[in-house]
This record gives sequence, C-alpha cells and structure tokens, in this order.
Amino acid sequence: MIKTIIKLALGLSILFSATAFGQDRGLEIAKKAEEVDNGWGSNSNQLKMTLTDRNGRKTTRQMHGYSKEVEGDGDMSMTIFDTPETVKGTASMTYTHKTGDDDQWLFMPAIDRVKRISSSSKSGPFMGSEFAFEDLSSQEVEKYTFKYMSEEKMNGVDCFKVERFPISKTSGYKRNIVWFNKMNYRPEKIEFYDRKNELMKTLTFSEYKQYSSKYWRASVMEMINHRNGKETRLDFTNLKFDIELTEEDFSQNALKRAK
Amino acid sequence: MNKIRFVLGVISISLVGLVPNIIAQEESVDEPKFKKKVTGLFKGDYKYYPKDALYDGQHDEYFSSLFQPDIYIEWKKGKRLVQFTGFSRIDQHDVQRSHADIRELYYQAIFKKVEVSVGAKKIFWGVTESNHLVDVVNQLDVLEGFDVEQKLGQPMVHVSIDKKWGTLDILAMTYFRQMQFPGIEGRGRPDFGGIVPIITFESNMEEYSPNFAIRWSHNWKAFDFGVSHFYGTSRVPVFTITEDFDFIVLYELINQTGLEFQASHGAMIWKAEVIHRESKRKTITAATVGGEFTFGNVFMSGIDVGLIAEYNYDDRGAELISALNDDFFFGTRLAFNDRQSSDMIGGIILDRTNGTLRYFAKANRRLGSSWKMSFEISGFDNIDQDEFLYLLRNDGFMQFSLAKYF
Repeated sequence: MIKTIIKLALGLSILFSATAFGQDRGLEIAKKAEEVDNGWGSNSNQLKMTLTDRNGRKTTRQMHGYSKEVEGDGDMSMTIFDTPETVKGTASMTYTHKTGDDDQWLFMPAIDRVKRISSSSKSGPFMGSEFAFEDLSSQEVEKYTFKYMSEEKMNGVDCFKVERFPISKTSGYKRNIVWFNKMNYRPEKIEFYDRKNELMKTLTFSEYKQYSSKYWRASVMEMINHRNGKETRLDFTNLKFDIELTEEDFSQNALKRAK
Repeated sequence: MNKIRFVLGVISISLVGLVPNIIAQEESVDEPKFKKKVTGLFKGDYKYYPKDALYDGQHDEYFSSLFQPDIYIEWKKGKRLVQFTGFSRIDQHDVQRSHADIRELYYQAIFKKVEVSVGAKKIFWGVTESNHLVDVVNQLDVLEGFDVEQKLGQPMVHVSIDKKWGTLDILAMTYFRQMQFPGIEGRGRPDFGGIVPIITFESNMEEYSPNFAIRWSHNWKAFDFGVSHFYGTSRVPVFTITEDFDFIVLYELINQTGLEFQASHGAMIWKAEVIHRESKRKTITAATVGGEFTFGNVFMSGIDVGLIAEYNYDDRGAELISALNDDFFFGTRLAFNDRQSSDMIGGIILDRTNGTLRYFAKANRRLGSSWKMSFEISGFDNIDQDEFLYLLRNDGFMQFSLAKYF
C-alpha cells in the first residue's frame, strides 16, 4: 500500500516536473525565436494571395503595405488592397499589442470614413482565403502558453517541435504545433488544430531569405485546409527593410491617404 | 450657373494652394516623380416602387446609370498630390436626379506632421451608424437617397495637424450647394402642387458666407474621441409654410458643437455622438448613443454577425428631414468573409412615441474580380401624419444594381 503511494507520488512528481520542464523549454524556444527577430525596425512589401479551390480554380488578390516595430509592444502596420478592383483603395491599419486587444481601423474610400473594427472576429477567414485573421496578425509570445514536444526533422532541417495554446478565448484553435528551425529559430511549419482538437490546417514556410544580414523572412507561405481541400498561397515580393517610417505614417490621416 | 460658380470657386481656391508650396521650408526631395492612378466605376440601377405614386408625374420604374471616375496624381514621393473624384448620374425620367458633381478636386501638401489641402473635399466626422449628427461640413446628395452617405464636394482650405495629443483639423470654407430635391417625375419628394419654393439665407452673402470648422480628435488605447465646432450656414435647410401658403426654404446660420466618443471592448464597440446647436431661431440638443456587438466566425461558418442598437434623440422634432427625433435603430450586419466578399446589412428604425416604422436591407456580392451586384429594399409602415416621411409614405422601393469597377 505504502509502496503504491510512494510509487504514485514519485510518478506524479516526475510527471509534474516533466510538464514544468516542457512549459519552460517551449516558452524558452518561442522567446528565443522572438528575440532573434527583435530590432527588425521597419519594412514594406507587396503580397500576392492565390486562392485555389478543390477543383483547382484559382483567384488572386493583391495588396501592399508597410509596418513598423514598436519597442516593448507589438507593431504598427498598414495594408492597402490593390485587387480585386471592387475593394481597391481600401486600407486597414493595425496596432498589435503584447497584451490586450489589438486596435484596428478600416478606411473605406467610397464614403471617406475611417471605422474602428472590433477585435473579436479573429478566427474568421481573411478575404475568403484559408488564412484566418489571427494567422496573419503578429504572433506575440504573450498571446500563447507553450509546451516543448521533441526534436524532429522537418523539410529536411532539424527542428524543435513546440506546442502552443492560444490564450484568447476567441481564437479558433485549441492548439498549434510549430516547428522552429534549430539553427536560426525561424518557423518551418505550423499545424492548426481546431477547438475539437482536430487537425484543420497546415502552413508551410519556404524560400526563406535573409534581410539586413539578420532577419529571415519566408517569401512563400502555403496554407492547406484539410477540411475543405482548399489552399491559399502567399507570395511576398519587394520586401524592403530599414525604410523611413515614423509614427505619423500610422496616424488616422495617414490611413486616409494610404495608396 | 451655380455649377460654373462652383468650378470657378474651386479653381480660385486651388491657386491659393500653391502658396504653402512656395513658402514651405522643406527638406529637399530628389527629382519630382509623378505617379498616376486612374480608377472608378460604372453602375446601372433598376429601381421599382411597388406602391402607387402619390403625386402627378411620378413613375413606378426607373433605370439610371452612374459614372464615378477617380484620378490620383502624386509627386515628391507622395508628399504632394492631386485627387479628383467625379460623379454623374443619368436618370430615365427625373431631370433633377440626372446630375453631376465634383465630389473631390483638391491639392494636398504633406509636411511632417501637417497636411494642407485646398479644393473640394469630402469630410466625414462621427462614429454612429443610424445618424451622423456631428457630420455637418458637406452638403448631402439627397438625390442619391436619404441614407446620408452620399455627399457633395465642399470647397475648403483644410489644415490638419497630427501630434502626440491627437489630430487638429481647421477648415475655412466658402460656397456650398443648396440641397437638391427630386423633380416632378421623381419619387421620394413631397407634393409640389405647382408651388415654387422661396429660398432664403440668413447670411446676406447667401451661399458664399464664410464658414469655419475646427475639430480635435484622438485615439488613445481602445478609445476614440472627437470635439468639433462649426460656424456657418447649415447645409440642411428648414422648411416652413406661411399663412399665405408660401413655401419657405431657410438656410440659417448656425454654431454647432459636437462630441464623439467610441470605446472598444472585446467584441463590443460603444458609440455616442452629441450636438449642441444654436441659431437665431432656436437652440437645440441632439444625441445618438448605442453600440455594436460582433459575433465573429459564428459556429465556425466564417460569417461575422454584428448586432447594432442605437437610440436617437433630437429637439428639432418634426422639422427634421432625417425624422430621427425619438427613434430606436436595430440592425444587423453580416460579413460572409467569402471569396465574393458577400455582405448584408438590414435594420429597422422605430419612433418611440408615434410608432412610425422604417426598414431597409442591402446585400452585396462580387462577381469575378471587378463586378459587383447589389440588392436593396427600403420601406415604411405605420407612418404618423406629423412625420415629414408621411409625404413620402408610398416611396418604399427595391433596387437592383450592377457595377463595374476599373
């Protein structure tokens, strides 16, 4: 009897320490990944989004934008839609925060109105694509809890496999599994599991390029939705770092002017 | 004649716009590089009024077309620009509704924290959905409907300063266009019965009276604030009928102070607008308060459902064209987040005291990448005889539109 209790206690303590270890290690890796990316400053890019349906039919959307790192917080970003023609000139501005809700505004050129957007609908699809709003917003460490899983080879490179759990109740996911490149901590692949813990989508990063001889950015991101068989591919071009951006470039006036 | 004066006004003010350009002590910007963007849309509308016309000359079906070109030219890396947005509508029956306007034609110079614009602009102030009390700079294009989203261009000199403490907007204006109403063959009008309205202005400079406006606005964390003041001729006239049955349209001089407030908390956005407005004739207070709650990605369908509730109060009572004197607004907004960007908005406006009910719904869907199809219905029920809307009681309609964007 006593032996059983001791065994149980021992077992439990090992279990607990292992869990604690998993949390610490997972968080450590995620923090490291954020740290190596710190100081990126500012950038601008063009983005082509290609949506492929089950029958292989493709439609595209084009947009461009710029963003600025905010020290000690998230970042400020501006996105301007170029196609489809019906939304041309629509612009959105987002301030992401490490904690609390992000701030977001939309400029609608047809009525010259800037509107605040509620930060609730993060799990919905972005413009009919397989990317949810939350997949595209900045993924601060503070927005998740982490658990280290193992080391694993992914896309031919050695990776840390880390599980992360969104803190936000409005997230569409119960958990994600992220493969971080062991060399440089850039993400290679993410699996998204829905609230019922079923694999929903897989995101693969490829054609990585290094900027300012430090920051790695994938030129291609491909999201496959396992549920509906649809795919969305993002092609980033013209990515430029160290561009001159000040806070005035992210004001309400700047949003109205954004072209 | 008015249109020519308007164009001259715009051109003369545009010339003044060169001044800040000349006096500016700017960092030297490299070679001037012009960038041009031409966009716009063509639209065809079919409008059907199911109820019989109340007044002579009106029809049940109307075809009309719209052309809205947009030209944007920038140079000095976007620090100087010219924006033009034209507008023209041709209506099958109503000559008055066949109209053109310069929605925007302005020159803008951007300095570090200061933006100077000269020319005709559209200015939007405010946060609420069912009513735009604070938004008084531009004349409304009521020929395009009473939903107050369509505005005529307003000539102005506009200076906007962006600082840590917020944005300060200063506007100096002269000239505005009178509110235009549908003609004899148009729906959505009262009975003219051959009466010619007598147009009067409180200012002896009539449409040319100098108008000024100033606004401070700021977004801080989850809050947006705005405080504004407008002095000048009210864009919305007051209608009175004298003992001799003369129909008087009065454009009075007003001083209006407005407050706007918006707070976002998770899925909820709270909104409020309050105005205090003084004229020789009367002093009034009006407010719109409410909020919008969004259920994001309902049942994992990808659809966002917004619920909007607002209450409108206005001292002006029955003289309001908007008829929002003591009215609730309940609405819902659906964003399907699909490939065709389908969306829908619908709602009812209910007068708390007399039960007058208005309802509307609008739906949009993109076809391919550059076509958009829209369907709209709008109607009334149980309209009280004291409401201005009583004169339009049979003018509920349905409309189908197809637009091509370029």
